[in-house]
Amino acid sequence: MTQFHGQNLICVRGEHMVFRGLDFEVNSGDALILVGPNGSGKSSLLRMMAGLLKPYSGKMLWNGEDALDDFDEHGANLHYVGHHDAVKSVLSVAENIRFWAELRGGDAADIGEALDVFDIKHLYDTPGQFLSAGQKRRVNLARVIAAPAPLWLLDEPTTALDKATIKRLEAAIQKHRDAGGMVVLSTHADVDTPGAKVLNLSDFVATPTVEEMMAL
Amino acid sequence: MSIFITLVKRDLSLSFRQGFDSLMVLAFFVIAVVLFPFGVGPETNVLARIAPGTIWVAALLASMLSLERLFQIDYDDGSLELLALSPVPLEIIVIAKVVAHWLTTGLPLIIAAPLLGVLMQLPDQGFLVLMLGLALGTPALSLIGAVGAALVLGSRRGGVLLSLLILPLYIPVLIFGVSAVDAAIGDLSVRPHLFILGGILVATLALTPWAAAAALRQPVE
Repeated sequence: MTQFHGQNLICVRGEHMVFRGLDFEVNSGDALILVGPNGSGKSSLLRMMAGLLKPYSGKMLWNGEDALDDFDEHGANLHYVGHHDAVKSVLSVAENIRFWAELRGGDAADIGEALDVFDIKHLYDTPGQFLSAGQKRRVNLARVIAAPAPLWLLDEPTTALDKATIKRLEAAIQKHRDAGGMVVLSTHADVDTPGAKVLNLSDFVATPTVEEMMAL
Repeated sequence: MSIFITLVKRDLSLSFRQGFDSLMVLAFFVIAVVLFPFGVGPETNVLARIAPGTIWVAALLASMLSLERLFQIDYDDGSLELLALSPVPLEIIVIAKVVAHWLTTGLPLIIAAPLLGVLMQLPDQGFLVLMLGLALGTPALSLIGAVGAALVLGSRRGGVLLSLLILPLYIPVLIFGVSAVDAAIGDLSVRPHLFILGGILVATLALTPWAAAAALRQPVE
């Protein structure tokens, strides 16, 4: 049973407070959907969960231990899918996915399943530069399947995806949760995730006090 | 270790397929040195006198050319974030990238240096020491350059800033690289100069990966 908690998180970008007093809780099998208007801090929260952005204050606990204590160890626990797809234009689809799998100690020879899940087997030898935006996103998502990690952090994963692929993504998320995995995703489109918790970031927007403004 | 090799291989195949980075560095090195006989005239003893310095300075500038791209491409396409998030320490990733950079830029310079030595009328005793010095010096240049490349990441006009940052740090390598060749030509012992170059290499290997990794964590935020 894995638990991932955030307590009283404050996010500051530039000199602007994005959200404050934010708590979250994700347990094995959970999905947490982040909603909120543009600029409410969905991406910032996901980057924070990944350890890429330091919280201004507050704590994140992985199974009760400080998640930010060991950056590399925390990184091994999660997959992050951000706005960029990190697909190298001169490497083939298979080479791209295989590299990320190897880096995480996955079985590099067996990326077939990952290609199947997002239906990109026919692109096996295609260099990244000939892929469409949606295909690149599929390659990026296939990377997540190719090396297992308990926590998936997906920032707008449906961007550029067609309906059929969104269905495939929903199935992959469900399979991951059934196996005890955790998923946090932000989305504007509908992703069907039964029993998911919803975190609305506009609940945590607050104007800082004068003292806090001075302290920044 | 196998992950380290995977990282190096990836950067090598990226650089070979991505075009002619290493060829351009090599061409720049050759052209920069070839300019000197035109500039100072073809007198043998003048050329021989300035040969070590000319070749070393051109090598410094050439190895700096491709540094800007060391992390920039990975930063732009989001790979750097994913590399930072991988279980592999960022320091190891930095060393792997530097090794790949040196193999594609430093090594060709060492191979081309004797040819330019001939062109510059470098005395016979100087050739071996020139290559030895470059073999010890260019990896140190790549390592120091990695810190600069990591620091300027995400800034506009990174290229110019990069040269301002790291060229002063290249000076010790230049001094001892040239003095080793001068010593060889003057029939003096070259060992102290090469030992100091080796010392600089070991020191940069011990320090720069940490500095570069720390600098890389900033733009990733």
